[in-house]
Amino acid sequence: MGNSMKINLQVWRQKNAKTEGRFETYQVNASPDMSFLEMFDVLNEELIEDGKEPVAFDHDCREGICGMCSMVINGRPHGPKQAVTTCQLHMRSFNDGDTVVVEPWRANAFPVVKDLSVNRSAFDRIISSGGFVSVNTGNAVDANSILISKEVADTAFESAMCIGCGACVSACKNASAMLFVGAKVTQLSALPQGQPERESRVVAMVNQMDAEGFGACTNTGACAAECPKEIPLSVIATLNREYYKAKLNGK
Amino acid sequence: MKLDSKIPQGSISDKWTSYKSSVPLVNPANKRNLNIIVVGTGLAGASAAATLAEMGYQVSAFCFQDSPRRAHSIAAQGGINAAKNYQNDGDSVYRLFYDTIKGGDYRSREGNVHRLAEVSTNIIDQCVAQGVPFAREYGGTLSNRSFGGTQVQRTFYAAGQTGQQLLLGAYSALERQVGIGNVKMFARHEMIEVVTIEGKARGIIARNLETGQLERHFAHAVLLCTGGYGNVFYLSTNAMGSNVTAAWKAHRAGAVFGNPCFTQIHPTCIPVSGHYQSKLTLMSESLRNDGRIWVPKKQGDDRHPNDIPEEERDYYLERRYPAFGNLVPRDIASRAAKERCDAGHGVGPSKMAVYLDFKYNMMNKYGKEEASKKGIKNPSDQILLELGRDVIKGKYGNLFDMYKQITDENPYEVPMRIYPAVHYTMGGLWVDYELMTTVPGLYALGEANFSEHGANRLGASALMQGLADGYFVIPYTIGNYLSKEIHTKPISTDHEEFVKAENKAQARINHFLTINGKRSVESYHRELGLIMWNKCGMARNEKGLKEAISEIQALREDFYKNVKVPGSADEFNPELDKAGRVADFLELGELMCLDALHRNESCGGHFREEFQTEEGEALRDDEQYKCVFAWELKGENNWELHREELNYENIKIQQRSYK
Ligand SMILES: Cc1cc2nc3c(=O)[nH]c(=O)nc-3n(C[C@H](O)[C@H](O)[C@H](O)COP(=O)(O)OP(=O)(O)OC[C@H]3O[C@@H](n4cnc5c(N)ncnc54)[C@H](O)[C@@H]3O)c2cc1C
Ligand code: SF4
Ligand code: FES
Repeated sequence: MGNSMKINLQVWRQKNAKTEGRFETYQVNASPDMSFLEMFDVLNEELIEDGKEPVAFDHDCREGICGMCSMVINGRPHGPKQAVTTCQLHMRSFNDGDTVVVEPWRANAFPVVKDLSVNRSAFDRIISSGGFVSVNTGNAVDANSILISKEVADTAFESAMCIGCGACVSACKNASAMLFVGAKVTQLSALPQGQPERESRVVAMVNQMDAEGFGACTNTGACAAECPKEIPLSVIATLNREYYKAKLNGK
Repeated sequence: MKLDSKIPQGSISDKWTSYKSSVPLVNPANKRNLNIIVVGTGLAGASAAATLAEMGYQVSAFCFQDSPRRAHSIAAQGGINAAKNYQNDGDSVYRLFYDTIKGGDYRSREGNVHRLAEVSTNIIDQCVAQGVPFAREYGGTLSNRSFGGTQVQRTFYAAGQTGQQLLLGAYSALERQVGIGNVKMFARHEMIEVVTIEGKARGIIARNLETGQLERHFAHAVLLCTGGYGNVFYLSTNAMGSNVTAAWKAHRAGAVFGNPCFTQIHPTCIPVSGHYQSKLTLMSESLRNDGRIWVPKKQGDDRHPNDIPEEERDYYLERRYPAFGNLVPRDIASRAAKERCDAGHGVGPSKMAVYLDFKYNMMNKYGKEEASKKGIKNPSDQILLELGRDVIKGKYGNLFDMYKQITDENPYEVPMRIYPAVHYTMGGLWVDYELMTTVPGLYALGEANFSEHGANRLGASALMQGLADGYFVIPYTIGNYLSKEIHTKPISTDHEEFVKAENKAQARINHFLTINGKRSVESYHRELGLIMWNKCGMARNEKGLKEAISEIQALREDFYKNVKVPGSADEFNPELDKAGRVADFLELGELMCLDALHRNESCGGHFREEFQTEEGEALRDDEQYKCVFAWELKGENNWELHREELNYENIKIQQRSYK
């Protein structure tokens, strides 16, 4: 603690979606126990003091769960550590004197709002096309009346852990959203509650995904490698299987 | 102003049923012509917006994050309570009701709390139907754990991510209504004014945070589901963006604020590590199921925790509160930690921490259980530890990972270091039984209102309350108001009150941008937080509170002279958003101190050093303070105090004891 490290930052600055962006270089004094975003707080404080514009970036929970933070760090979404979001990354993962390049998610479906902040509303539209169980409030039966084996519950939970951050899209050279969509489809098709809409759901979500301009999947696996919640690549296989089955059944 | 809580007549267990069967309804054709604004898409807001839209109302929903799924509720870890009695351990609606009233140190309303306990069971059913993957037993039934302040297992959970799973359930219901066209969703929008016309709430002014544009939105009723204001302390477990702005603007528009000083300091958070610290991270209360809290018996003991022998450890909660042990309510656990650290027994670099140790239960509870399941005879300590570790990992794995990521220490091997931190605000907008504030047509749900938790909230009860309010309470109670509004045609947003409100908001934004001083918004926020933590935090006294009030006033004055807000109003400008929020905190902080100063007793999380028992427990004064403090804004820094007396007809008030 306390020992200071110098970091050379190259940060993407872009006023809005309509203007061109460029890298700017900054030097920051950090401490190893600081989080990556706290280092940006320090940088921004200094920029404000110098009468310059602070760097805009998205963040909220800073606990790795809201999915808001989104920086590509040295070419990797959420940075160098496995299974860690940008906000949970700490400066002890870097060395004194390192140069660190920071960019926003890059994908046509995620236009830049400003600097490191992008618009991910395409994800919401995919969910609203079918990522739910159609059950109105008040229609539910007693929670224990349908038994669900622990294995099924655990599978559903594992996929439901997706935080909707978009790192998978950013990591993919085609900007495909298959991991994100696959996670939701896997969760709901595993559970008894998801059965009635199983086929219509997957078709609607895939159609919306295509309409938003996400790219095709070529099974490279970069998405799962960068996913901070370790959503497994197998959800894409499930998604494909569910989709073709629904198509075969004329959905 | 006379406060009317509108608690229905009748016996406690009939109130809600008879209310529901007699409340006026709005027919489907009329619902389609009624607009409702829901500000906030956390558990309270998302569940309300989805349900009201399912019923046929036209809903507009707002949140300041880039997606409704990112509301602060997403971060809730431990669980949600419900009186299901699935464990057959003697739970009931009455017991949940009783525990909540007692846990709140007898400062909440019986009628509201009983209703909450009644609907708690429906919440679990609804969430399961949506596909929320709660933890289950091998037999396929739902699993439960214990939380503080109770002696039954009634907490439902999804690993350490219960809030996430519940919110994603509510969010998916909300998105379904967005798809159908019954909800218009406005993400990255911040409400910055309430518009009232002839005394009724008729809409809001919102700022599109991406473009900076101010927008006027009309509705027949406005619901604020905007969360708590713990960030007035700067450092808290709340998300960075959590703020009081919506509630504060409602307060300025006439809504009375209830019990503002009632703050929950959570006992188990990761301690502060440096001056750059931006927030604090909670380690869920559920860990107290299996973690034992201790400090060294010797003051200033610098040995490694694993080198301190059993007999030199003070398990102070087990010692002081044998009946509840490590599972005493939060206020009590927090104060006990502070007491030990102040007495020189704190650990870690700052000496402001205590240990939360899993080793005992890893070996003796889970290790032995697993060994016997596997038929291992006379297992060594090492084997017990390994077997137990896997069980602990299954229960709390993500929390342990998070702890390691932040502190660089492995909690499977070294006890966690924890210290209390600001976590939740029981205070909030005063609402009646129908969740309406003192402004007709303006409602407050979830953490934003003051209602069910009295002076201390029990763990796993906020998620329960948020979803109760949104799924099961407001859909009924709003009918009582809207049934009388069916003849109100939509009011044009050219109405002078909309224009006035927008001009006010615009002027304020322009003002921030033209001060052009030297200090960042953040630096003011930090300074305010320190005043609040030191003088209106875990322990309060008259002298400190008076000092705090004048310090906050001076800081506020300085803010309006010296703050520097970069950038412009017509772009994405997070610094400008922050300036508005901090300006509101600078007003709220003063009111919190005023409230704490006037409440000359200790109760729940409000601990006035002047009022304590010989054993250092909170000393209530039921003669004078068995009431809600409700503050009405009369002018700048000028409030009038109203009291709502609390009547206990079913529960006998006692000195709260967990011994
Ligand atoms: C780390 C942590 C763990 C917790 N764990 C538990 C737990 O295990 N069990 C439990 O019961 N409780 C827990 N709590 C408490 C609980 O999570 C919260 O009290 C609860 O989620 C609040 O829900 P809400 O819907 O009232 O508000 P929030 O979830 O805070 O949502 C607020 C919403 O309002 C919006 N908003 C706010 N202001 C504006 C504005 N001006 N304009 C537009 N939109 C606005 C936000 O965008 C957001 O959508 C925990 C809290 C924390 C901090
Ligand atoms: S699948 Fe992983 S990377 Fe993609 S959005 Fe979900 S959590 Fe983020
Ligand atoms: S800020 Fe919430 S996940 Fe990083």
